[in-house]
Amino acid sequence: MTNTIQDITQDANLILLIGSNPEEAHPVFGMQIRQAVQRGAHLLVADPRDIDLSQKADIHLKLKPGTNVAFVNGMMHIIIEEGLQNQEFIDERTENYEELKKLTASYTAERTAEICGIDPQQLREAARLYATAGNSAILYCLGVTEHTSGTEGVMSLANLAMLCGMIGRPGTGVNPIRGQNNVQGACDMGADPDKFPGYQKITDPKVFEKFEKAWGTKLNPNPGTKATQCFHKMMTGDIKGLFIFGEDPVRTDPDTNHVIHALQSLDFFVIDELFMTETAKYADVILPGRSYAEKEGTFTNTERRVQRVRKAVEIEGNTMADTDIFTEIMNRMGYPQPKLTPAQIMDEIASVTPSFAGISHERLDSEEVDGRGLQWPCTGKDHPGTRIMHVGKFARGKGLFQPAEYRASCELPDDEYPLVMMTGRILYHYNACAMTDKTEGINEIAPEAFIELNTADAEKYGIADGEMIGISSRRSEISARARVSDKTRPGETWMPFHYLKAGANWLTSAALDSISATPEYKVCAIKVRKLSPEETEAAEASARATLA
Amino acid sequence: MIHVTIDGMQMEVQEGTTILQAARGAGINIPTLCDLEGINDVGSCRVCVVEVEGREKLPTACNTPVEEGMVVQTMSERAVDARKMALNLLLSNHHRGCFSCPSNGACELQDLCYQYGVEESSFAGARKQIETPPVEGHPFLSYHPELCIHCERCVSTCAKATGREAITFRKTGMFGIINAPFGEDYKDTLCESCGNCAQNCPTGAITEKRKKKYRSWEVSRVLTTCPHCAVGCQMYLLVKDGKIVDVEAADGPSNHKLLCVKGRSASFDFVDSPRRIRTPLVKNKETGEFEEATWDEALDLVAEKFTDIRDSLGGDALAGFACSRSTNEDIYMLQKMVRTAFQSNNTDNCARV
Repeated sequence: MTNTIQDITQDANLILLIGSNPEEAHPVFGMQIRQAVQRGAHLLVADPRDIDLSQKADIHLKLKPGTNVAFVNGMMHIIIEEGLQNQEFIDERTENYEELKKLTASYTAERTAEICGIDPQQLREAARLYATAGNSAILYCLGVTEHTSGTEGVMSLANLAMLCGMIGRPGTGVNPIRGQNNVQGACDMGADPDKFPGYQKITDPKVFEKFEKAWGTKLNPNPGTKATQCFHKMMTGDIKGLFIFGEDPVRTDPDTNHVIHALQSLDFFVIDELFMTETAKYADVILPGRSYAEKEGTFTNTERRVQRVRKAVEIEGNTMADTDIFTEIMNRMGYPQPKLTPAQIMDEIASVTPSFAGISHERLDSEEVDGRGLQWPCTGKDHPGTRIMHVGKFARGKGLFQPAEYRASCELPDDEYPLVMMTGRILYHYNACAMTDKTEGINEIAPEAFIELNTADAEKYGIADGEMIGISSRRSEISARARVSDKTRPGETWMPFHYLKAGANWLTSAALDSISATPEYKVCAIKVRKLSPEETEAAEASARATLA
Repeated sequence: MIHVTIDGMQMEVQEGTTILQAARGAGINIPTLCDLEGINDVGSCRVCVVEVEGREKLPTACNTPVEEGMVVQTMSERAVDARKMALNLLLSNHHRGCFSCPSNGACELQDLCYQYGVEESSFAGARKQIETPPVEGHPFLSYHPELCIHCERCVSTCAKATGREAITFRKTGMFGIINAPFGEDYKDTLCESCGNCAQNCPTGAITEKRKKKYRSWEVSRVLTTCPHCAVGCQMYLLVKDGKIVDVEAADGPSNHKLLCVKGRSASFDFVDSPRRIRTPLVKNKETGEFEEATWDEALDLVAEKFTDIRDSLGGDALAGFACSRSTNEDIYMLQKMVRTAFQSNNTDNCARV
């Protein structure tokens, strides 16, 4: 996030929430958005579903899935047409505005409304509100990024914020609500095929030399392959050995069959895990690591805030601290790595990562920080951290407009697979449920998968609310209980991806964003059918057994 | 600025400051029960009453703004007597079964009655006539009306702090009733099971059911960051005899003492779950079954196989993915292992999935 949760919920006059359902996926953020609405902030919701927050919104733009880029271009077209852009900001702080103007010229309110399936008048009102509210903050989540045009979606939102000068001050900004607790940190720490920690590019000779010197060894100069593309390389034999630390791609990656084939193609597969996950079952060696409650360390939240994780307990058994596991393997493979404590590791991170230079466990635990964490960039021991990015000047100097054309999603509905399926999270579970399904009460509240189906479609296929149905895509078939409502539009469905039985990712498409290689979880084509009495009984039994 | 004297101490405070805020700012303690700063200032419990020179009535400090020249006594005989009377009245509707109450030892009403020497109520407690049974259908939360002092902290927490408005307060004749959505029909209510109401309840009226498994004085508290989403809520893990038994919200910069159901109720059962893998496992190629191994056996095998692949095909034939749920320190070391020992840049995390 360019800004902090607190300034968005307390200083913003308007929140544009797009492709995000924080009440379920980031509930404490959702609570604070509700507080913001109570104090009078405007709320615009752009989402294909009727989420609870859309009922509290000034305007709910119920976009067709996969049309975010067109929607944002349409907003910008109207803003420019009505002269509501912040010309001073554009002139002083940005470049390439003429290109943006040219590209958005064709996105008239009417054409955009047609593409997105919304009302042109509402689109106009939304554009005016965003441009004129004073401080407008954009909040987005995986509903923007999990498309083959996800990167263009993000760039378009950045264009919109710059067009109106809504960046670099409290209550504004372009704010991705990151998914998992430390996904921000994982990216910051260089778990990335072409970047060292702190987004330092491995293709930059100075950076490369710095890391070779710091780590005292020759490094491989070839940029690596993104995880989602590695699976393909496993099938072609280009990747023979894989180490997975705590991920469950069989459950969480798209097109489960594809992932399983890839793992089975490996010569040697090692996993460091807490549980016998679906992915761990394919491993040659399982190394038992430790959970967050058994270790010291830090997580970086969606505000770039580095906060402490502290050891509360030790469990019985023969587990090993994960950093010690990696250290042991490094030494046994010939790289001399001394055993370090988590605090010493953070000191090493600070020594090679300019944006973390001022961060240490000692400082995070100090009276000075007072339990508030430190937000990177934090470039020195005296640097207080950075609450808001791009104040006065962009990180790259001038803000660059990168206009993008709308492209349709990869797999659109057709005669054979006439419905669109989106996937997402619910309040009570997290991802593959590794943590949440060990709590009995959670399973009592949210025991099984379901698919949200529009009333008109349910009628068409003769499906009743609560009925077990068959759901298939070009990749597989599963069964789950239908929830019939008008939450989604006719022709559109939605499923949580958490559950082992009726796992939505058996159906999803492995089509990837052309730049970030993020899968298109939010759009795939499916069909549904009524089950025979025997199939229904089997599906019911399977649902009952889910928690056994 | 307003000039005010509290317990003989002269001070200057901003206009609009309450007597309670002014006193606390000067380190003077005025007891409260229903007050929750920024959330609840209904002034219904009346234990914060103080004496103001020249005023007949004793105002409630929590919602009375200071006035120029005001002279306040927080511990005058009248104030203390009125406070005792307020506690006496509150106690008349409060079932004093402290032995079996999960909030025993962590009850603000109990603490104040102890401090002011109020042991019994001299009143009959009219609300008992209409009392409804305990509400216990929810897997995590319960409401016991006989312990409720109608301070409305839960109502305000749900309405203003979480913004959900799932708990409501309604009047029936002369009585008020708290509608706690924890009955058998809890799935049909607006309740999100976050439990912020329970954390803010001053008595044991609304509690997390798991609180029955420990006493507040038996646990140590470890401040940490929630392991679920990226909001980064600060919370305490409550540890009894080496096991995590509960979670409490801490006042973190992104959560302000709030938690959701996952953080409060689903962030610790998995830690010591019987389903945890607790020893290295190596798959027997013949049988396809996993067999227990020592760390040396497992690590040597891993190093040998990866070294073979690296040395015969080059580092690009190896890959290592980090976990976006783990700590920065873990992730840094994982990518360092891949880049230095594997000689590969095929490292990534689950940011894309």
